[in-house]
Parts: sequence; structure tokens; C-alpha cells
Amino acid sequence: MADNLPKTPQLDELEKGGWPSFVKEIKMAAKGSPMAVDLLGQLEQSYTEKIGHWKHGGIVGVMGYGGGVIGRYSDLPDKWPNISHFHTMRINQPSGWYYTSDALRKLCDIWERHGSGLTNMHGSTGDIILLGTRTEELEPTFEELAKIDFDIGGSGSDLRTPSCCCGQSRCEWACYDTMGACYDLTMHYQDELHRPAFPYKFKFKFSGCPNDCVASIARADLSFLGTWRDDIRIDQDAVREYVDRGMDINEEVISRCPGNCMEFDGKELHIENSFCKRCMHCINIMPKALRPGTDTGATILIGSKAPIIEGALLSSVLIPFYKMEPPYDDLKELIEEIWDVWAEEGKNRERVGEFIQRVGMGNFLDAIGLDPVPEMVAHPRENPYVFFEEDEDEDEDEG
Amino acid sequence: MADVQERRTDFGPPHYEQFLPPVIKENYGKWKYHEILKPGVMVHVSETGAKIWTVRAASGRLLAIDKIRTFCDLADKYCGGYFRFTSRHNVEFLLDSDEKIDDLIKDLADIGHPVGGLANSITAIVHTQGWVHCHSAATDASGIVKAVMDDLMEYFENMKLPGKLRIALACCLNMCGAVHCSDIAILGIHRKPPVIDHSRLNKLCEIPNVSASCPTAAIRPATVDGNPSVEVIEERCMYCANCFTVCPAMPLNDPENDGVSIWVGGKVSNARCEPMFSKLAIPYIPNNPPRWPEVTAAVRNLVELWAKNARKHERMGEWINRIGWPKFFKMAGIEFTKMHIDDFKHAGLTFKRSAHLTF
Repeated sequence: MADNLPKTPQLDELEKGGWPSFVKEIKMAAKGSPMAVDLLGQLEQSYTEKIGHWKHGGIVGVMGYGGGVIGRYSDLPDKWPNISHFHTMRINQPSGWYYTSDALRKLCDIWERHGSGLTNMHGSTGDIILLGTRTEELEPTFEELAKIDFDIGGSGSDLRTPSCCCGQSRCEWACYDTMGACYDLTMHYQDELHRPAFPYKFKFKFSGCPNDCVASIARADLSFLGTWRDDIRIDQDAVREYVDRGMDINEEVISRCPGNCMEFDGKELHIENSFCKRCMHCINIMPKALRPGTDTGATILIGSKAPIIEGALLSSVLIPFYKMEPPYDDLKELIEEIWDVWAEEGKNRERVGEFIQRVGMGNFLDAIGLDPVPEMVAHPRENPYVFFEEDEDEDEDEG
Repeated sequence: MADVQERRTDFGPPHYEQFLPPVIKENYGKWKYHEILKPGVMVHVSETGAKIWTVRAASGRLLAIDKIRTFCDLADKYCGGYFRFTSRHNVEFLLDSDEKIDDLIKDLADIGHPVGGLANSITAIVHTQGWVHCHSAATDASGIVKAVMDDLMEYFENMKLPGKLRIALACCLNMCGAVHCSDIAILGIHRKPPVIDHSRLNKLCEIPNVSASCPTAAIRPATVDGNPSVEVIEERCMYCANCFTVCPAMPLNDPENDGVSIWVGGKVSNARCEPMFSKLAIPYIPNNPPRWPEVTAAVRNLVELWAKNARKHERMGEWINRIGWPKFFKMAGIEFTKMHIDDFKHAGLTFKRSAHLTF
């Protein structure tokens, strides 16, 4: 099959250079897959014409699931018949993206039998992406995947596949078990993940510390950032070792502290922990000497998203500190409160962050039964347009 | 119907525990500290004294199954069959001894996957599907990423930068991935309003949904040539393509006018300053496949400017905040235009509301 590859002079340019080449990957797949051959041809045409050649969507899926498969059709099916259908399957990744060679070989064998042999490891949301197959192959692919315990991920207006950093499996900074929490909530909300019933997508992302390696605060509707309430643990010998090895501790660490709460007297590092903002900088720079405390949990934030529709949002604080211990029952109650209010009142294609902007955070908190706390705001309101509620006035009169 | 009761659904992802190397299972939650030993190689040390070495290799995200099988072979040869991927598409091999690290690095180099991307380096670019697989792409994703990273290889393979620099690419404003909070973001954009297919619109789309999809209320119902359809108030359209997302009869793809914009100064980490959005630096660069030389040059210019001028550990946005945007535009040689001034909601909050200026 490699002999009848289409001519791809433009794409061939992208086989040069030191970074791994996606063109080499497509050509590798083309040795066994007519779909990959036609993909090369169509992509070369896109490079020549400077325009994509995929049609808009199309509803396809597997029995019993409302999401997880993205319909994709070439707009040049006569010219590139092998990619006239080229659907994507999103497969729920294991927490932390850990695999064994045995499991991935089985996955590859299934995809060799049923699809293009091309993947993304991984998609932006975190799923294993099986890139390109025909409608009639979707069900057989799923049947085989189910036998090796890989289930479908989310798409459309559902709970999107949750994802997490590697957490306590390989990071000393993880303030809770991100992989455990991600797995637990994923399993608990299988119905919400597989059957779109929300106004729009909803994402959970779990980061073990405020460094936020899964960009939770920028793109999760509910962001879980590990943190701690007690004191940073200090190994003073290790601090001195960094200094002795030439680190300018005042310049590199102390002057960069946003809480201005550190001091080094030449022998010992002192931290006024009640002013520490839990930013992670000092710990990042001196990982042998400093560690988060032991009273750990997570700050839970709500509402981030990319610009579409009403502008990009970062998540904002909902729960300043939560212990994040299984079985997460009160967390699940809170999540379901949020979903109930948003599903009832949210507009079509309105993310929860946009919904909160529209109805007001104060009203949203009332609706989900949370009390306002100053940790939720950067600062109190600057305008005098306050809505006083009637019963509060009455209280004043009675008082 | 016969087999319905046997059909297994909603069983979720495989449990991660079966994929964890023994040393990780034994030391889960007990890691004490880590050290970066050299580019792309680090060791984590447990409270028990156990160690695990990580070798991080570049990956282009789009992988053929034969490449995954090759990774599996390497995992069998060096790591008891265990490996993982990172949140930025890199592949990581986890070793329980440091004896064979260099052999693994050599094997990875032989299959075209260089090692690096740790500490003060530029790691893999988070990106989207582009022309490889997306209907709404205003540019390709994999091609620009490949060209930019080829050019920045030296910064992946060593750790000589002042701090971390994260690059992301999205091929349209839907921004799959955290492009809006990256040190440097490359964003595919359209520059012309949708071309409406009035004969098909009413068959393919629900007109109220199409009207409601527009963030600037530029779309209203209209009858055109006898067809129930919509019209676009073109001076209000900022080409976000949200209408196309809900309605295939309103395509915006346009070879002559599509291209990319470049954004700077975002971050997601809380380290030092709070997370920040990326801000517009270069409004438009035309698509120039296969290697987008104008984009690679613009990115390199920004990387080198920051690398030369930032203080140690200072991210792009922190550096710009310290020196001020006027200096940034001057130093970067980028013309400041009307397009750089926000005119969406709450735009006034982005105006300079003080006399804190440098000259």
C-alpha cells in the first residue's frame, strides 16, 4: 500500500527537523490503512488550498450512549473515498495517563482491525482519541473495547471526561489523591458522562497543587486545586545546602514571595505561614527543603471556560478548603445542587460560569445553599447598585 | 433484541492501579522530593528511600499505532512494561534504576523522540486537530506545532531559559485546550463574516438558535429570496464562528483571509502571581503552509526577547507586567493598533487607569 501513496510535496517538508513528525506517523499508518492513505491526500490538498475539507458534524454513536463519538465526513468523498467517513471515538483514559504495554497493545490491535490506525495520545480534554473510522465500525469497536475494559468518554452537552495530574502517584506536592478522586467521580457520574442532559458541557479537572498541571483553573467548570492549611514543612539543613551550592535565596525565593512572609537569617529560613498565599514558588525552587503542610485538601473553584460565547473566564473560589477524602459524599451533594440549578435555569449552550455571570454569584450561592465568604472575591463590589431583599429590611425594622 | 441484557455499558475507564509500576504502588503518597538530573530526566525520592527515575520524551500527539507499539517495546525493555503520557502530550518512561537511562535516551533518539521538556525549558505545545480532523479549523494545528518546535528544539533539549515557557495552539476560537492562559498562544482566526447558504439554512438549522448563538447580536431572522433564513449585521461580526458551530449553513472558512494571531503573557500556575489570560500581541499572520515561516519567526522573537530580559523564574506575563506593555511593544517591534484595544464586554477594565507609565 505504501507504493501508491499520493504525492505530498508540502507535507514531506514536515518530515524534516528535530521534533517528532505527525506526517511520518500518518505515513506509518498508511502502510496498513487505506484511510491513512486518503488522509494524507486530503491533507496535502488542504495545505495547497489553505482550507480544511471536513464537513460539519453529523450524529453518530454507539448503542446506549449519547456522546463520545464525533461524526466526521470528508467534503470530497469522491476523491478520497476511504475517508468519506472519518469519525473520532473518545475513549476514557485511565487516571494520570498510566498504561501497561499489554493494555495498549490490545488497544492498538483493536484499532488496527476497526479504524485508521491513527490516534491522539491524548486529546485536549484528556481522552484517548481514536482518529477516524466508519459508522458501521463504531459498534464492533466498542464491543471489543468493552472486553478490555475501555469505555467511551464524553462529548456534547454532558459531563466531559474528567482528568487529573499524576498526583500522589509520583509527585510530592500533591495535596490530595487526584487520581483516586478523578476515578471516583468518573465512576459515580457515568450516566451524566454518557448521556448529554445539561445545557452545555461540564468539566471536572483535578490538580494536586496550585501549580495546576492540568490547567484546571482555566478550563474546568469545577476546578480542584490541592492546597494545605497548616505550615510549609522546612528542612533547614536542605535550605542551607541550596544556599551553600550557590542559590541566591533572597533574590530567587524571598523577593518573589507574593505574601512577603519569608526571611533568611543566614542560618534558618523563617516563614510567617498565616500570610502565605500557597502560591508554590518557594517550594518549586527548593523541592528538597520545602514541602506543603500535612493538613491538606483542595480549593474548589467554579466556572472557567474558553471565550465562546460570552468571553473567557477563569474559575473563581467556591469552597476555600475541602478535605477531599472518599467517599466525597458532601462534595457529590454540592455538585448535584449546582447541576440542578444550572440545568433548570441555564440557557442552551450556556456554561455554568456564564450562567453565574448572568444570574449573579450571590443569587447562585443562595440557590445552591452556600454562604458567601470573602475568599470568593478579589475585592467587594465597587458600585452602589445593591439589591436589598425585603425580609432583610423587615429585620431592620423589627430590630 | 436478544443480546440486550448482555451488553455492558457505563463501566468507566480501567482502574489506574493496574497500570502503576510496583515502586509507585508501594510509595503512593509518600514521595518526599525530586531532583532534575539533566534535561528530560528527574528522580523522585520517597520517604522510604525508594526512588523512581522519569525520562520525558517529546511526542507530536498524533501517533500511529505502530509508534505506540514501539513505545510499548521500550517500556518492556526498560520499565517492566509501564509508561505514561503527560498533560502536554509528552511520553514518560518510569525506571526503577538509573543504570539504563542513557540507553533509553539513545533508543528514543533513534526513533525520533528527543528527551527534554523539564524545568526551565519549552515543552510540547498543547494543540488541537486543525485540517487533520476538524471542520471549523482556521489553520492547521500539527503543521504549525511541528514547524515552531523544530525551530525551538534547543529550548526543549536544555534548561537555559529564565523560567518556564508554555506554548499552546488552537485552530479556532473554540480553543480546545488552555490557549487563553499560555505564555505564548497561537490562535487560528477568521477575518470575514459567514457566507450564508440561504437555500439550505432553514433545512439544516433552527433559526432562533442561530440568532441566539451570536455574542454581539449580529444575527437576525430574515427572508431571503423567499427562503426563511437569517441576515448578519456585518459591522457587528467579529468572526467568532459560533453561528457556524450551531449551523453548518454559515461557513467562515476562507483561504485568503484565515490565518493566525499571536497572544502572550498568560499562565495557569499560581506560582508568584495569580493565573492570567494571554493578551493580543500580533493580530494576524496569513496562513503560509507547509512551515508558516512568519509564525515561527514571530514566536522565536518573543521567546528570545523574554529570555534575554526576564529575571530568573519570571514568566512572560510577569516580565511584561514589570516593564509595562508600551515597552513590550517597542522591544518586540510589534506595531500597536486599534485592534489591540478591547471593545468587548468590560473593556474599560483593560484601559490604563493611572499615570504609572515609563518613558
